[in-house]
Amino acid sequence: MKRLFMFLPLVVAVAIGIFLFTGLGKDPTELESALIGKPVPEFSLQALDDPDQTLGTSVLKGQVSLLNVWAEWCPSCWDEHEYLMHLANDKGVRIVGLNYKDTREKAFSFLNRLGNPYETIIFDPQGSLGFDLGVYGAPETYVIDAEGVVRFRHVGVVNQRVWEEELLPIINQAKGNS
Amino acid sequence: MYPELGQLALILALLLAVLLSVVPLAGALTGRDSLQAFARPLASGMFVFTGLAFAILTHAFLVDDFSVAYVANNSNSLLPWYYKFSAVWGGHEGSLLLWILMLAGWTLAVAVFSRKLPPVMVSQVLSVLGMIAVGFFLFIIVTSNPFDRLLPNIPADGQDLNPLLQDIGLIIHPPMLYMGYVGFSVAFAFAIAALINGRLDAAWARWSRPWTTVAWSFLTIGIALGSWWAYYELGWGGWWFWDPVENASLLPWLSGTALIHSLAVTEKRGVFKSWTVLLAIVTFALSLLGTFLVRSGVLTSVHAFASDPERGSFLLMLLGITVVASLALYAFRAPVVHVRSRYGSLSREIFLLLNNVLLVSATALVALGTLYPLVLDYLDMGKLSIGEPFFNATFSPLAVAAGLLLGAGIFSRWKKTDGGWLARKLLWPLALSILITAAVMIGYGGFAPWAFAGIFASVWVTVATFWDLWDKSASRQGRLYGLKRQTRSYWGMVLGHLGVAMVMAGATVVSNYGIERDVRMVPGDSAMVGDYEIVFRDIGQRRGANFTAEYGSFDVFLDGEKVSELHPEKRNYTVGMSMMTEADIDAGLFRDVFVAIGERISDEAWAIRLQYKPLIRWLWLGSLVMAIGGFLAISDKRYRIRLRKEEKVEAHSAQAGGKPAEAAS
Repeated sequence: MKRLFMFLPLVVAVAIGIFLFTGLGKDPTELESALIGKPVPEFSLQALDDPDQTLGTSVLKGQVSLLNVWAEWCPSCWDEHEYLMHLANDKGVRIVGLNYKDTREKAFSFLNRLGNPYETIIFDPQGSLGFDLGVYGAPETYVIDAEGVVRFRHVGVVNQRVWEEELLPIINQAKGNS
Repeated sequence: MYPELGQLALILALLLAVLLSVVPLAGALTGRDSLQAFARPLASGMFVFTGLAFAILTHAFLVDDFSVAYVANNSNSLLPWYYKFSAVWGGHEGSLLLWILMLAGWTLAVAVFSRKLPPVMVSQVLSVLGMIAVGFFLFIIVTSNPFDRLLPNIPADGQDLNPLLQDIGLIIHPPMLYMGYVGFSVAFAFAIAALINGRLDAAWARWSRPWTTVAWSFLTIGIALGSWWAYYELGWGGWWFWDPVENASLLPWLSGTALIHSLAVTEKRGVFKSWTVLLAIVTFALSLLGTFLVRSGVLTSVHAFASDPERGSFLLMLLGITVVASLALYAFRAPVVHVRSRYGSLSREIFLLLNNVLLVSATALVALGTLYPLVLDYLDMGKLSIGEPFFNATFSPLAVAAGLLLGAGIFSRWKKTDGGWLARKLLWPLALSILITAAVMIGYGGFAPWAFAGIFASVWVTVATFWDLWDKSASRQGRLYGLKRQTRSYWGMVLGHLGVAMVMAGATVVSNYGIERDVRMVPGDSAMVGDYEIVFRDIGQRRGANFTAEYGSFDVFLDGEKVSELHPEKRNYTVGMSMMTEADIDAGLFRDVFVAIGERISDEAWAIRLQYKPLIRWLWLGSLVMAIGGFLAISDKRYRIRLRKEEKVEAHSAQAGGKPAEAAS
């Protein structure tokens, strides 16, 4: 009977293995969002730089924009930030930031050090909009078209490859349709 | 032509590994000495050819052979030679080759330093190491060949090494870390060999202890170096981010720490055998899991430099085979008899058992925090991200509890400890610790519950360690004689525990009393951080070998006196077009003053980050002290004496067990 207990580690290990294997099949950078093709969920949150200003889905309408989910505590965000700066400054891409589960103080110190590529930043300390969007972890980047409809979701760091192969074609397509 | 030779060397090493994994094991199982005799030559051969491959790759870097794809992707003709050298392990393929070189090195070390072990054991251990090597050789040859060529279009110059990696910390951090990771393969091989033999005894524990301790010491240094590097190079002054890759290195460290303690019990008292063997397997599996997490792209992170599903599946397969095979062997072969009666409910065994429970809980916690998002996603229970807050809230209580337990455990005895005696024994150290903690907290000015808990735990460990040293060194021939009489493994334990206390003190103080300020400064401005006044003098330009930089000059004053001059930089690496912040730090034993330049806000003004970091050095010094303790412990003379008559030694140690414990490091 006692011998059966010795199989416990094996069973646990196999279970973990199955989890990891399915995780591998789902490439985290290609997680489908249930929201693709649907409008961004309604929200009402403060602007990061101005607590008196309330932002809603209208900030994401009017032209094609990127919605970038970031936080000071997320190491990969530090990594991708430089490229976002490049997109905003050199390519004129409109990027809206979603500061996710962060504090104002930390968010400001992050931007002071690395620069601000965002046209507007939505402050989401509780992660409520993040929850509605189904944010898996920061950083994530969404392509939102001029009607405020989610066109694409990228999980993980945005770099030149992601921009050229994934985001740019979708943006061009979104621009063509509207 | 050299790169092709390198590839050939790898293939030959693979063939030798295949032979090593089969021939000596077959010899051991059938009792043929002639086959077992191949173990050592095969291990040496494997090392020689792996070393050759590594040397050839290094050569390709040093002579700028950009026809090799890996060199072209990770080096540049402008790099200084030492970075060309460290660029060998700056990317996925090369760091994997380094990993394998370490594995071959450890295998060779086992072959060389195991003359006194029974030949059957040696053959089995080397064969198990050979099997692991086969897996990794296949991995590198099939999925990540560092010698792939870019022919016929040879690039004129390379793409440069990631500037983050152009640093002294990164020259030594990966080799140290890998020494640790891979070193646990030896403990694993010993465990597997013992399971095959059915000889899980005190002798087995004694043989695997030094190997485990060395691997653990290297891992400790490796993790500390990574933390130190992140602190000064990433440029924002943090020292631990709970990043998945950091967690991946912490996991085997935590379970490895548990293993070291559990091995001590198995060696001294012959109990916890099945548990120890399981820990050895788990620790190595976690080392492999760390590699898998970093390489597979399952988790995104700054460190994850090779995200490739093909490599991920291959590694997962390797990990799967290793874990399933070893745990199946464990399930069938591990002894189920638990001799509960051999120790009382209050004894050193129990303290070490609790230590193991805490360390394993911490391991599970960190694993959970790292893998949780994946698991939730699999169960379709929603998507969730886990950040620093989760780890800080759950890890700190476990660390404090481990510290408190450790202080009390030092005084406990094997077999049975009298509760009343222990309570009286702890009274004075307890009072002293509270006093010191109070003084420290007044010194830093400010009470916070977690600061109190952390500092108290750290002081408690320190006081208890010295108290015990004082007790043990009492001798009629004088204190000095008493101190000299202590064994090196006891000194190792003392240093290990003092190191832990230092790390705890550093972590607590810097997290609770550190000051961070982000200020806007114009040359000529001054700002205060803690008691220090920072004056921004001016900002200028300079050129490095492969970058241009803007550098600021800052004076640091304390009470009106100039303490130091700092020159933080913002570097622009010309080849990769990337910006890097190089902070400048006035380092001290009790505090660091840290200045980094951020964005230019206007023509004149800059965003400057100023930090005051008390005791931050203790994090890394403490780790170093721990590692030195580990190295000291394995130089103990009992590992050098002949172990010809195992039975006699065993009987003797069982008898000696009733006496007060000498060492449990």
